[in-house]
Amino acid sequence: MSKEIKFSDETLEVVAKIILRYPEGRQKSALLPVLHIAQAEFDGWLSSEVMDYVASILNIKPIEVYEVASFYSMYNLKPVGKCLLEVCRTGPCMLNGAEDLVAHFENKLNIKDGETTADGMFTLKTVECLGSCGTAPMLQCGADYYENLDNQKADALLDKLRDENQRSRYC
Amino acid sequence: MARKILLEHLNVPGIETLEVFRKMGGYQAVEKVLKTMSPDDVTEEVKKSGLRGRGGAGFPAGMKWSFIDKKSEKPRYLVCNADESEPGTFKDRYLMEKIPHSLIEGMIVSSYALGAKTSYIYIRGEYFYVLRILEKAIAEAYEAGFLGKNILGTDYSLDLHVQIGAGAYICGEETALLESLEGKRGNPRMKPPFPAISGLYASPTVVNNVETIAAVPHIVNMTGDEYAKIGVGRSTGTKLISASGHINKPGVYEIEMGLPVEEFIYSDEYCGGIKNGKRLKALIAGGSSVPILPEHLITKTANGDARLMTYESLSDGGFVSGTMLGSGGFIVMDETTCIVRNTWTLARFYHHESCGQCSPCREGTGWMEKVLHRIENGHGKMSDVDLLVDIAKKIEGNTICPLGDAAAWPIASAIRHFREEFEYHVKYPEKVKDPKHFFYAPFVSEKMNASIA
Repeated sequence: MSKEIKFSDETLEVVAKIILRYPEGRQKSALLPVLHIAQAEFDGWLSSEVMDYVASILNIKPIEVYEVASFYSMYNLKPVGKCLLEVCRTGPCMLNGAEDLVAHFENKLNIKDGETTADGMFTLKTVECLGSCGTAPMLQCGADYYENLDNQKADALLDKLRDENQRSRYC
Repeated sequence: MARKILLEHLNVPGIETLEVFRKMGGYQAVEKVLKTMSPDDVTEEVKKSGLRGRGGAGFPAGMKWSFIDKKSEKPRYLVCNADESEPGTFKDRYLMEKIPHSLIEGMIVSSYALGAKTSYIYIRGEYFYVLRILEKAIAEAYEAGFLGKNILGTDYSLDLHVQIGAGAYICGEETALLESLEGKRGNPRMKPPFPAISGLYASPTVVNNVETIAAVPHIVNMTGDEYAKIGVGRSTGTKLISASGHINKPGVYEIEMGLPVEEFIYSDEYCGGIKNGKRLKALIAGGSSVPILPEHLITKTANGDARLMTYESLSDGGFVSGTMLGSGGFIVMDETTCIVRNTWTLARFYHHESCGQCSPCREGTGWMEKVLHRIENGHGKMSDVDLLVDIAKKIEGNTICPLGDAAAWPIASAIRHFREEFEYHVKYPEKVKDPKHFFYAPFVSEKMNASIA
């Protein structure tokens, strides 16, 4: 059975505070931050049930949530592994070995870009510029940036994340 | 040592805290403007300073402020653009992370000048950890009475909030940013009306880059006339440059406008020269959207003058032999770089980031990515090179926002300066099979060899 889709009282309080940042009647402005919270609270992705719930608490139509959730690359519309490894591959990172890093993860984890390991631990995702060009190659996992990576550091990171066994979250 | 303004106190321990920031002179500008200056006085100083938008477009900041509709009875807003997403650019992140109060002080002073009572910092979603740093600094500023009701006992009140994005380069375009802040898809709006008339919630709004806003307190403290003395001509003040690529010392550097490009690349104070003793091949001087320059046009203009880090010198020669200062995203490429591969990754970026509103950009960026992919992988046709030029030409100027231009320029300029390298990929498909084809044996121009012989 899936758990009930409802924020805790504490989370609802956080959401209420976010809504206060905007003028009255502009609570839709809270959509992006609230979707981040929803994604973090409900297993790292946004199911249509979760999006409907967000629509209900912001008093907007579900379509207004779907069209936003599908526009921004940080919202996952499908389940992801416990740790989402987002490897930057744009120009400056490419110049400094991002392609080798992606290949290393593919070999090591035995998955391709966009796939999740069989144990559900890691999802590998290539992303566009993360604003860390001077410390390339790099990846983001949750709110953390891991920079100046090489194969050795990448392996150590995988071990660390496996040991911690925590779901990565941006917030 | 060159003059530092924004990063002067970078290495002072604890500079991220309000206490240390104040000890170093922070928040003096808030006191000065609230107690001794009218809002218009502040705008006048910014006009005098010659400060130009540091996000990429370089539009004079004071003039942008003066467009704000003061007759409107709606509330006015200042929105800080911290959606730094231009490939090669990471200066705003650095400034916010290291000296968060410099932005907050700038927001207070600028909001006062514009008559804004509520202001927002819109930060890209990937910078979540920076959001936490800003939130902490804002809480300190409220606590110390620099934000909230009746700041420093005056009748000026301001609330400042940070809004998080969720991964979309297009939200760096100011009207897309405002749409996003309203909780919508980041689709740019038609202009006019400009945000100064109808921006956030259809109210008068100014959108400024992080670095632009952070410069304002310094201008207030030293006066606009003094600030205007730094730099060269219409490129006044200092600029943060994000240096990346094949250099010994990548990172963020504050330079005085007018520094020679050659010194920036080779001096140990800055990039420290090309990594591994390789030869310089190409430069993207101002973020991925600006035209790429080949080696012979980097340190000197087509006329043989020294190329300087200014808006004017970098664009000397127009798009034929020049480029732009842009966001200051300085990407250096050595001789092992495949220009086709680099251009392909940028084309992929723009295709990924096109919002899809305008057909030329939505379709064209995808076509350019695909054509570049096939050339790079040895499946191209000779006619593909001109096809790319043709697509780029048809996107440029035909879209609501500048993303179309930004996608077209890097490709058009790469072909303008490196056409032979594109043709090489078509002529010798077997030589480009290995993705690292120029890594061990850099590309050599046959034409240049023939002319020397």
